[in-house]
Order: sequence, then structure tokens, then C-alpha cells
Amino acid sequence: MENQENQFFVDSEFLSPKALEIKHRLETDPSSRTDHMAYLPGMERIQSDVMDKVISQMNAYDPERYTARDVEAALHHETCSIEDFKALLSPAAEPFLERMAQRARLETRKHFGNTVYLFTPLYIANYCENYCIYCGFNCYNHIKRMKLNREQIEHEMRVIADSGMEEILILTGESRSMSGVEYIGEACALARKYFRMVGLEIYPVNSDEYRYLRACGADYVTVFQETYDAAKYETLHLMGHKRVWPYRFESQERALMGGMRGVGFSALLGLADFRKDALATGLHVYYLQRKYPHAEMSLSCPRLRPIINNDKINPRDVHERQLCQVLCAYRIFLPFAGITVSSRESAQFRNGIVKIAATKVSAGVSTGIGDHESKYTGRDTGGAEGDEQFEINDSRSFARMYDDISAEGLQPVLNDYLYV
Amino acid sequence: MQTTQQTNDQLVIGGHAFTSRFILGSGKYSLKLIESAVRDAGAEIITLAVRRANTKDHENILDYIPKGVTLLPNTSGARNADEAVRIARLARELGCGDFVKIEIMHDSKYLLPDNYETVRATETLAKEGFIVLPYMYPDLNAARDLVNAGAAAVMPLASPIGSNKGLATRDFIQILIDEIDLPIIVDAGIGRPSQACEAMEMGAAAIMANTALATAGDLPMMASAFRKAIEAGRQAYLSGLGRVLVRGAAASDPLTGFLRD
Repeated sequence: MENQENQFFVDSEFLSPKALEIKHRLETDPSSRTDHMAYLPGMERIQSDVMDKVISQMNAYDPERYTARDVEAALHHETCSIEDFKALLSPAAEPFLERMAQRARLETRKHFGNTVYLFTPLYIANYCENYCIYCGFNCYNHIKRMKLNREQIEHEMRVIADSGMEEILILTGESRSMSGVEYIGEACALARKYFRMVGLEIYPVNSDEYRYLRACGADYVTVFQETYDAAKYETLHLMGHKRVWPYRFESQERALMGGMRGVGFSALLGLADFRKDALATGLHVYYLQRKYPHAEMSLSCPRLRPIINNDKINPRDVHERQLCQVLCAYRIFLPFAGITVSSRESAQFRNGIVKIAATKVSAGVSTGIGDHESKYTGRDTGGAEGDEQFEINDSRSFARMYDDISAEGLQPVLNDYLYV
Repeated sequence: MQTTQQTNDQLVIGGHAFTSRFILGSGKYSLKLIESAVRDAGAEIITLAVRRANTKDHENILDYIPKGVTLLPNTSGARNADEAVRIARLARELGCGDFVKIEIMHDSKYLLPDNYETVRATETLAKEGFIVLPYMYPDLNAARDLVNAGAAAVMPLASPIGSNKGLATRDFIQILIDEIDLPIIVDAGIGRPSQACEAMEMGAAAIMANTALATAGDLPMMASAFRKAIEAGRQAYLSGLGRVLVRGAAASDPLTGFLRD
């Protein structure tokens, strides 16, 4: 079961015969797809050696080669080297999970004390021009599409801010035509009025556009690479701008060139070999931090989740134990990096992992559009709502999460940042 | 019997006198523990990150700090002098007083302070009437620049922040103690009471700690242990440490015994 590939392809009855024909051709005939390594017109190219460093290490990594002795050595070293990180991600490290957790907790406490940051995501639009076969927003999936206007965005923000939240992450589907950079910038400027910290998780843009969004009020940018295995990536992202793998890889660096304060990284575990993807994610952070030492780095660790019209999607061989191993390895290798664990994971898992490695969790989460008031207050607002990107698991409200974290003996922190 | 020097032993920073020589950090443990930490540490000064205090009503750290304790707001999060200056001004607006600890880090991995930018920020803020305590890497030239820029004390790091590794920069801190006429407050990296004691024996004016308490099994008990260690080290310093023989016993036949007049 666990090694079986997910069945991602779903045909909607609402698609025209012509659309279905294109969709099927993309799915079955690789030659009908564009070159995923070729930049499209308008995509900025930067000079950087980070990609080569990350990918050559990933390609040379054979997780099976590492032994219990390598893991022991890694846990004894004061500073975790790249080789140690590889050992900690290997199957040989699985029996050492408790010891890894102890070490990870120590590193987390040294760097972050007992604080846990809270934030909430706000999806402002779910239009998308990509065909990413595992994502609920993909352009062939039949869902309710929506884009909030300025007043609706402000209303959502007010509802969220009233709950007590001080950090917001603004998200969109990937559609430049429906959710342009200026539209996103407007949302950032509104968010500055209601929140202390504003993050962005949008389609990759050029460095001058990141600079513009920074000026509008955004503080950090998160881009999920999904998988660092470019050949696998090609089979999952069949159409649209997102198909261009190297442009996506360089997003964080362009964001830093554009003056963003921090950047976030992630592979979506379950798409490819998760050990290699975790290695590449960690090294992506490692090498960029060396190049941009002032930047604040953070990691997420999402696993595949079911989506609307496909409830069978699952993270395959990445069980909670493997996820915990990856998170511990990240923490030991990158003790300074923030680690976010999203509402894709269960309340029980999140309660446990904030005591080991995670430093930030979301609360009061909706991955739909324009539904915060109905979700927060239970009131039927009668307004239009857009469908969700994926099913969440942990649906705790802000207040509940705050209390639960406090009850674990940790200090919830709503803001640790000044926009100066 | 205590000497006059000991009974009147005060830490004076920017014209303000303190009895305690333990400066407490506040950012790494639960707000509810702050009061007991202050009490058990006997601390009169507590640092707080302005960025943490800049929050809405929900559990503001400022509400947890006991009355009568001097606030030492820090500029953590600042990456250059201009940002530090703006954060310091905001601290004043928030009612945090005139003390400010300058922290300028341009490295997210080791969080090592940027001495050049710190000197710049010190100069600006001292002119604006702040009592400036700059956190710095222990470099004598930079420390002299900080003195000239108007610092009220100098806060060299003992080892990387949060590392609990103790006096990795021992010899360089000693040079600052010997050469700089301002209080030298050892900050960052002090992980054990014994390390705090050693720094005080060397002549440090005070110790600042946060992670050492936050990572302790019993925070109030560790706060108390630090207080005693700092007091012991201070007394040892004031009493004048006895000589320590480097090796073997003292020579019974002096090498200069042949000299006749």
C-alpha cells in the first residue's frame, strides 16, 4: 500500500471534450509537455551556484549506505556536518528517534527557549493556471473559484485580527492574470494595518516584484519546491508557470535580493523519495544562509493530503515517525531555523512536535476563500466562499491553540518582530 | 566582618546604582515564570525584546515584569545601526525608560553582534540621552570606540548566544576589564553558575543570562544558584584573589639569592 503511487488523475464531468483531450494528452504523453528546465519569457535568471551544490549532494546521497555507527557519531558531534545530516535522515537512524528527539529539543530550547509562534493563513484567491496533479486548486479540478476584493480582504483580516492573531500568511492560487502582483501588494498593505508580521505564499516572481511587495508590507516569502527531484517534478506539474523547476528553486534567493527579511522552504513529503527531498531542503537553507547570513530562514514539512474530488491522496511511506525523524534532523542540522508545522497534521502530532523541534504552528486555519467569519463565528454569512486547497487535520481555533500550548508548559508568542 | 568597600559595593550604570549584579533575560521562558525568576535571582534589571513587547493586549511581557525592576529593552532583530536606533526610540515611546541594550546581528546562524554597526548606533543613541549598553564581540579597539561613542557599559559575549559554553573569550574579556573604565557586563554564553562566578572573580561588573535559566530543570532554583555564584565571585574579586602557583611549590632557594647589595 505504502509504496503504491497515488492515483492523482481525476476527470471532471464539467470539462469540455477539448479540455479533456488536452488534459489526457498532458497526462499520458510526456512529449506534449513543455521543457520544465527552460525559463519562460519574463522569468528572471540569476547567477547562483546554490542549485548545483544542492542537487549534486542530493544525487550522490544514498540513504541505505549509512549505518548505526554513522548515526551514533552524528549524535555525538557537537556541530552537525552535512554527512551527519545525511546519516540522521537515513533509515539507519530510525531506531535512534528518541535520542534524536532529545537532542533536537535541546537545540530548540537553546535557540528559541520555550516559545512557540502562532500564525494563520489567509487565502485571498484560488484561481490557478497550473495543472499540478496533487493540488486541489489545479486548473482542471472542478471547485468553486473565488477572488476576494479589497473590502472582502479587509473584512477577513478584521475577523482574524479580532481573534487576537498578530501574524498572517497571505496565499493565492498561482494565477498572474487573476491575482496580479499589484493585487497581492494591496493585500499586503491592508495586512500591515491589522498585523505585526506579514508573510507571503504566492507564485514565484522576479526580484523587483519581491522588492515591490516588501515595500507594500510583506516581511517574508515562503515557496514550496514540492520536490527537488526535477525528473519527478516534471511528472507532477504538467502545465503552467509552476512547471519551470529552476525558476521555482531560485525564488527564495530572488526574494532576498528583493530585500525580504526572511524566506521559507519546503518539500511536500510523499511526492518523491522523502529522504532525498528532506536532504535537499535542508541544504537549500544551509547554502543560502551562507550566502545571505542576515536572512531569517524557516522550514515547513508538509505531507500530502486529500483534496476535493480525490480523497485517496496520502503521503505514502512518510508516516508520523518518518516525519518526526525529518523534523529532528532539520533541527539538529539547522538549529537556528524556524520550523513550521501546519494544520495538515493532527492536534496530537502538533502538540508533541512543538516540544521537540517545531517553533511555529498555525491556528484558526481555513484553506478556503472568504470563509473566516462563518468558520470563526459559526454564523452563516450568506456570502460566497471559495473551495479549499486541501483538507486540514487540526482545526483548533486560535484561542484553543493558545491554551493548549500554554498547557504544554510552552509560551505562545504572537509577535516577535518589528517592521522598521 | 565586611569591609566598607563590600557594604557599599554598587553597580553604577549611567548614574543609576544597583545592588544586584545579575541582569536577567526574559525572552526564552514562560511569562508566568518571570516574577519568580526575578525574585530568586535577586535581579534589579531585566532585559526584554522590544519586538516582543510590541504586541496587542494578549499577554504582553510588560505586564509580567514586577514593579521596581529596571527595564533594559534590547534591539534584537535589528540588522544595522539605523534599525537599532528606530527600535530604541520605539522602546522609549512604549514607556520602557532610557536604558537600551543594543543588539545588532547580521548573521542569523550564530547571532554574533556586528561591532561596527553597534558603535554607530551607540553614538546616535547616547547623543539622544539614552543610557546605552552595547552587546559586542570582545575586541579592545571596538570597546574603546564604544567608550568614545558614549556607552554607559560594555557587554562582551562569553561565547555564542544560547550555547551555554561559558567563557570561550575569557582572555579577551580580561583585556576589556583591565583596559576599559566602564562596567564590563558579561553577556551571552554563560551556561553555569560556576562560569558566572569565574567571570566575576576576573572583575566583571555584572552577568547577564537567559538561556542558562530557560534550559534549567527548575528555573527559580537555577536563578537562585546564579545569584549566589555571582555574589561569591564578586566577593572573591573584592577580597583580592590569593596567588595561584602555576606548578610545583615555590622555590625555597631564590634565584636571586646570590645578589649581595
